[in-house]
Amino acid sequence: MTAGERAGATPVLELVDVRKCFGDDVVLQGVSLTVPEHSVTVLIGASGSGKSTLLRCINQLERVDDGLILFDGQDVCDPRADVDDIRQRIGIVFQSFNLFPHMRVIDNITLALRKVHGVGKDEAEARALELLGRFSLADKAQQYPDRLSGGQQQRVAIVRALAVQPRLMLFDEVTSALDPVLVNEVLSAVRELRSEGMTMVIATHEMGFATQVADEVCFLAGGVIHERGTPEQVIDDPQDPDTREFLRRVREAGRL
Amino acid sequence: MTQTPSTGPAGSPAGPVWVPSEAELGRRRIRKAQDRRRALVAAVSSFVVIGGLVLVVGTSQGWPVVQETFFNVQYGWEILPLLLEAFRLNLVLWVIAAVAIGVLSMLLALTRTSTSAALAPLRFLATVYVDVFRGTPLLLVIYLIGFGIPALQLTDRPIPVVVLGTTAVIITYAAYVAEVIRSGILSVHPSQRAAARSLGLSQVQTLRYVVLPQALRRVVPPLLNDLVALLKDVGLISVLGVVEVIRQAQILTSKSFNFTPYVVASILFLVVTIPLTRLTDRVLERTIARQNAQGSA
Repeated sequence: MTAGERAGATPVLELVDVRKCFGDDVVLQGVSLTVPEHSVTVLIGASGSGKSTLLRCINQLERVDDGLILFDGQDVCDPRADVDDIRQRIGIVFQSFNLFPHMRVIDNITLALRKVHGVGKDEAEARALELLGRFSLADKAQQYPDRLSGGQQQRVAIVRALAVQPRLMLFDEVTSALDPVLVNEVLSAVRELRSEGMTMVIATHEMGFATQVADEVCFLAGGVIHERGTPEQVIDDPQDPDTREFLRRVREAGRL
Repeated sequence: MTQTPSTGPAGSPAGPVWVPSEAELGRRRIRKAQDRRRALVAAVSSFVVIGGLVLVVGTSQGWPVVQETFFNVQYGWEILPLLLEAFRLNLVLWVIAAVAIGVLSMLLALTRTSTSAALAPLRFLATVYVDVFRGTPLLLVIYLIGFGIPALQLTDRPIPVVVLGTTAVIITYAAYVAEVIRSGILSVHPSQRAAARSLGLSQVQTLRYVVLPQALRRVVPPLLNDLVALLKDVGLISVLGVVEVIRQAQILTSKSFNFTPYVVASILFLVVTIPLTRLTDRVLERTIARQNAQGSA
């Protein structure tokens, strides 16, 4: 299946002319994006180009200044929308893991299941263990996060977000704090999700990874999407001068 | 679907003047309505609660008597100069005690957090000091020092009770404050110390330039809290016969059989402590904002 074949159905996520300012600083100026079900959209661009802000707006961690963010057809920016309800259906994984250090891995994962979704303790733990097993973390369930490597912590963070069976997963530079070996184990986890058909929006600096998993790649600069298309179009054969310049510098740095 | 006026194709510089879309204007209207509703609910609930209190108290049988004996405005104005004069002593002792506590507690905290072997006996003494004075009620320490030291007859002329009482307050508070500062020092991450030492800074330089500035900034809110508490507790030395504001109010009350002096004294304390508490809140908010700024990517 390609993105085109799915275009008929309501996309999981649709952004229309989203604008976000911090004071006088316009971080996003009219960003539009369509994320169909089971597709993976990858955002690339330099630090400060607005990738993280875009993800934070989708999850309503930031309030947008204009535009529409439709999640399953519902405008999440509507002041009357139930933010908690929307967030329950969107999983987000951060650059800095943000695991709760005072809880064991299993409790980190079952917290939302039990307290928000009202799942019983036994069922929640069974579900958590099943997920941990799939990401080869079964033996870490009883450990505290500080006993784990960065890669393991990040995979636990992914499992924590997945446990509540979200409709959409957001990844905010999830490998930026990891060394190259650990990067790979986290990226494998994301690839695994893709093969299961999870709908995802991913901000990343890993161009090779973007090429592998993306259905659509968007290049952001100065709060605007300069170029979008398949990885082959955007990363291998960019047309926009800014995209070319960005990718040339990435290559120079040996990251592609 | 609403279309916004386009900010131009990708790559357009800064873009033309931005006009909010219909959707955004709608959201603003809804937010404004929500704000109005919240304000209305707050106003109504405040009115009900405060109005209810006034009604209950004002219509109670004993209110006229209470008003006369606790809230006699004319009598209050008459005694204000006397109480103000007495309150000045509280303020002076407060400032002196605060400075002394600052010095003493800093020494205690530094001693307790030191690691050098040579300071082991001092460290032990500091720990004992903190254990003893943090665990003893302030009032007892005031009695023990206020009556015990004069009994020793160390000097020809008796030491003024004001000095003895204030000393007791300083000794006790230094133990509390030392613990606050120590927790601040311990909260600075070891990597900061390692970074400073790796630059070649000595143990003392590391403490002076890297650890303490971060530690103190972190404990400013609890310290301000202790400062407010100190102002109130300085008054406890009245048990030794010092005529500060609480004692003065007591004397006036026993003469007039009217409790208004206590109310006026309370107001004097509030005039100083409320601004200080507000300041504490502001400092706390700023500290938290700064820490959050560090956390974000």
